[in-house]
Amino acid sequence: MSDARKILIDPLVDNNPVTLQVLGICSALAVTTSLLPSLLMCVALTSVAALSSAAISSIRHHVPNNIRIIVQMTIIASFVILVDQLLRAYAFETSKQLSVFVGLIITNCIVLGRAEAFAMKNGVGMSFLDGLGNGLGYSVILILVATCRELFGAGTLLGYPILPLVADGGWYQTNGLMLLPPSAFFIIGMLIWAVRSWKKAQVEKPDYRIHAVHRTEAL
Amino acid sequence: MAKSKDSIGNTLIVAISVSLVCSVLVASAAIILKPRQLLNEEEFRQRIIVDIAGFDQSEADLSTLFARIEPRLVNLATGEYTDAINLEEFDAEEAALTSDLGVAVPADKDIANVRRRAIYGEVYLVRSGDKLEQIILPVKGAGLWSTLYGYLAVDADALTARGLQFYAHGETPGLGDQMDKPEWRAHVDGKLLFDSNGEPSIRVIKGTVDASSPTAQYELDGLAGATLTGRGITALVHYWIGDDGYGPYLNRMREEAQQ
Repeated sequence: MSDARKILIDPLVDNNPVTLQVLGICSALAVTTSLLPSLLMCVALTSVAALSSAAISSIRHHVPNNIRIIVQMTIIASFVILVDQLLRAYAFETSKQLSVFVGLIITNCIVLGRAEAFAMKNGVGMSFLDGLGNGLGYSVILILVATCRELFGAGTLLGYPILPLVADGGWYQTNGLMLLPPSAFFIIGMLIWAVRSWKKAQVEKPDYRIHAVHRTEAL
Repeated sequence: MAKSKDSIGNTLIVAISVSLVCSVLVASAAIILKPRQLLNEEEFRQRIIVDIAGFDQSEADLSTLFARIEPRLVNLATGEYTDAINLEEFDAEEAALTSDLGVAVPADKDIANVRRRAIYGEVYLVRSGDKLEQIILPVKGAGLWSTLYGYLAVDADALTARGLQFYAHGETPGLGDQMDKPEWRAHVDGKLLFDSNGEPSIRVIKGTVDASSPTAQYELDGLAGATLTGRGITALVHYWIGDDGYGPYLNRMREEAQQ
């Protein structure tokens, strides 16, 4: 596998920012009650991650070490504001639903994490692909979570009815828990479990082990 | 190279040039997209009015439905309709700041922290045939962090609330925005704005309304975790239906309805 391909594909499953690094959980809980805002959030985050990584990489030889974080934040924040303004102009209703969470992309660990860990050390093209890949990795999880939550919580996908609801004479009783934030925790938890059962290499070593207590020790 | 990169001079140059490039980018995006955003906000405001008026939005497009609502200008002090200013040119926010069309709200009456208001106010009349069904009043006031802007729909009896919806606010997401939820908006319908003495009495309480309580008809469910936003909503409704707001107009409408 070529380097570029590896950088782009790796964050999708093998090095996923959400399921392996457990980053960006806050917005994954908040915006995934239905699919449409989640899709918009994915596009917003992916474009910010890709563009800011590329921009930061392009000036990486000039940025003084002691102000590098604030320079990265300034660039990320500018792209976030740009995306927020575009959404307000072209996707007003959905941007209302996303409310502060577009602005909070600034503090999303994935974006700054990739800028600091990758873009400061690699070329512009590779950094762009790395940001894009990590954005897509985040998007895969967000879309899976949002699909589960909207389908089982409201019986719809993108607003179109899929499961006939009891309220409309069908057979599906909506699951209210799915529309509440904790359900995103459960779904992400189960996704992490599923991915780690599939890719054993991702299983972390336990921090400590509970050992059998000998009678003398207990006394 | 490594040394000059970290020198004070280079640090300043990088900091200034990054800030300059970023601010130009952000500022030009904001200015270029502004007209479109304003159009969206205006459309959203109209959508709220149409929604609160109870029109079925799948029936016709927004501008057709909005045209069915009759906007009028009211002199707030007398409660009479006025044609002193063309409605199309009237903007309550701008008028409030002028010296001829705006007045300062007396501190003892300014429960909603409005500070200045226009001497005229818009009302939106919803009719079914010739019969007046609803009066929709613009309301605004301070919540916890921000000013809330919205519309209060009042029944033609000028006594019963028919709806309360906000189109712009900056309250805490997830806590202070609970009044945007459909269930909360729906439960406003049928509550009484005034008590038997004609005093504004509708209020957001703490906890959920106990239907068996004698005052339940004046009470709105509390916003858990957003007490101050709830108090702000109570205050702004009281201000705008009170003496300094649309009180005189609502009194007149109530007398007309009872005849």
